[in-house]
Amino acid sequence: MIQVDGLNKIYRVAEKQPGFAGTLRHFVRRRTRDVMAVQDVSFSIEPGEMVGFLGANGAGKTTTLKMLCGLIHPSGGRVEVAGFSPQRRQADFLRRITLVMGQKQQLLWDLPPMDSLRVNAAVYGIPEAVAQRRIRDLADLLELGEELSRPVRKLSLGQRMKAELLAALLHEPEVLFLDEPTLGLDVNAQARVRQFLAEYNRRTGATVLLTSHYMADITALCPRVLLIHQGRLFHDGPLEGLAEQLAPEREVRLELESPGEPEALAGFGRIERMEGCEVRLLVPRDQLTEVVAQLLERFPVRDLDVTDPPIEELIGGLFRQGRV
Amino acid sequence: MRIFGLNRRIIRVLLGSQYAHMLEYRAEIALWALSGVLPFIMLSIWSGSEARSGLGLDGVALDRYFLSAYLVRQFSVVWVVYAFEEDALLGRLSPYLLQPLHPLWRYVAAHLGEQLTRLPFAALIAAVFFAVQPATFWLPSPGGFLLAWLATWLAFAIAFLFQSLIATLCFWSEKASALERLQFIPFVFLSGLLAPLSAFPPVVRAWAQWTPFPYLIDFPARVLAGQSVDLMAGFGAQLAWIAVLLPLVLVLWRAGVRRYSAMGA
Repeated sequence: MIQVDGLNKIYRVAEKQPGFAGTLRHFVRRRTRDVMAVQDVSFSIEPGEMVGFLGANGAGKTTTLKMLCGLIHPSGGRVEVAGFSPQRRQADFLRRITLVMGQKQQLLWDLPPMDSLRVNAAVYGIPEAVAQRRIRDLADLLELGEELSRPVRKLSLGQRMKAELLAALLHEPEVLFLDEPTLGLDVNAQARVRQFLAEYNRRTGATVLLTSHYMADITALCPRVLLIHQGRLFHDGPLEGLAEQLAPEREVRLELESPGEPEALAGFGRIERMEGCEVRLLVPRDQLTEVVAQLLERFPVRDLDVTDPPIEELIGGLFRQGRV
Repeated sequence: MRIFGLNRRIIRVLLGSQYAHMLEYRAEIALWALSGVLPFIMLSIWSGSEARSGLGLDGVALDRYFLSAYLVRQFSVVWVVYAFEEDALLGRLSPYLLQPLHPLWRYVAAHLGEQLTRLPFAALIAAVFFAVQPATFWLPSPGGFLLAWLATWLAFAIAFLFQSLIATLCFWSEKASALERLQFIPFVFLSGLLAPLSAFPPVVRAWAQWTPFPYLIDFPARVLAGQSVDLMAGFGAQLAWIAVLLPLVLVLWRAGVRRYSAMGA
């Protein structure tokens, strides 16, 4: 479904020194340099696969996604998606794909999502009755109801993201490019979006390429991951093993009744930060249950939260250690 | 069947949603309609001046010309370059580029929705004008009204294409709207907003007729006011400008999209 061979993207960026003199020099003699955003990336994805695309900020994930959907043109290499060359952006190709960007929206801000859905149905040539049925089905899956009749600006971030997903999937695309679809959502909304994507993939057999800052998104949805760093592909394979390699520790955030002693907490894991009553501990995955139980037993805990450390930290750590 | 990517359903739904969208901004649009009173200011200046006789419009003809100029301007105002520039900078253009409909149609629909929202406010201002100066009241014949409507719509098409040409430069420069400001002075001067083109010296008039500006206000306003005007030459010039601008916009658009790097997205 997706074939990528030796993909490159070079951006030309202006270089300006700070200060007034730098501004003048930049005005008189503009200097630019070429930045290799994506270098010689090759992979292929089979129909129906769900693949995670991992990398720190600026690694080249979004640039690659934009080249795959035809928004930007590659500087070199070959891309084929659903049998089309994306950069030609033929109507038949556009009907087969969708791109969802967590921080960008296509819904009209002042109108209810239903208005934008009607426009999308007309633009994609979906018969009215079919569009109504799809909206109903997708809204059920996403647990959206009267929110579709409320102006977008009055919706919460989670409701807006779900409505965005509905709008992006109304034409039943075969290929989904998802760029941080759960960014900024609370834990419950993230879980619901993940469930929805898994169910959508199961029902329609759509191919999904997903980037996320949340390890939980990747572990829940993607048996296979692509790992990109500084524009180069470093890993293409199963998630198993890489997940432990990436995140051998989990982050435990504690809020104590009174300020804790570092010595007393040191034995439970690596103390990342300690400020007054708030403590951030990194605990090996295999000891997590035991450590949490002991922490609750020994300390006056007001609040406790277990998460994965940010993906940048995990990947950065991996590269620092020379493990990829 | 789709013509230029459009069919009746897309037109109906796009116009409906954009009209609903613009109604949310009705107070702002009413203020825009009010702020377009430059032709009335010019009318008061010319009316009190001895130079009025040199304009070639006697009696109520000058009043009718400036009211028509106001109405034509209300229904041919174009702001696509500003909307497009903002969408490109904020990355909102990306989803539009990934749909099987040329993104410019959305801006056309937004403009038409805005014009529909403007209609009652513009009508109200015209009513006030007639109430203040009842002698100027006139109703164009159905045929005259249709011709004026067509000339205004073609004026809108020229202005839209002209600004779209500038907007496509957003693919190269993030602040293309500065160019739009550059053409605003010749537009105000040569379009007929300050004075009917007949008031200009023959050399300027002859030169102006080779630009698109007189066909944006002066020509449709004269048609609406029922003044003698060379319809064939006027409509011919309007269609010629559309024939020149449309392919230019399409070619520049294609080249621009090739260059587009989805800024901010």
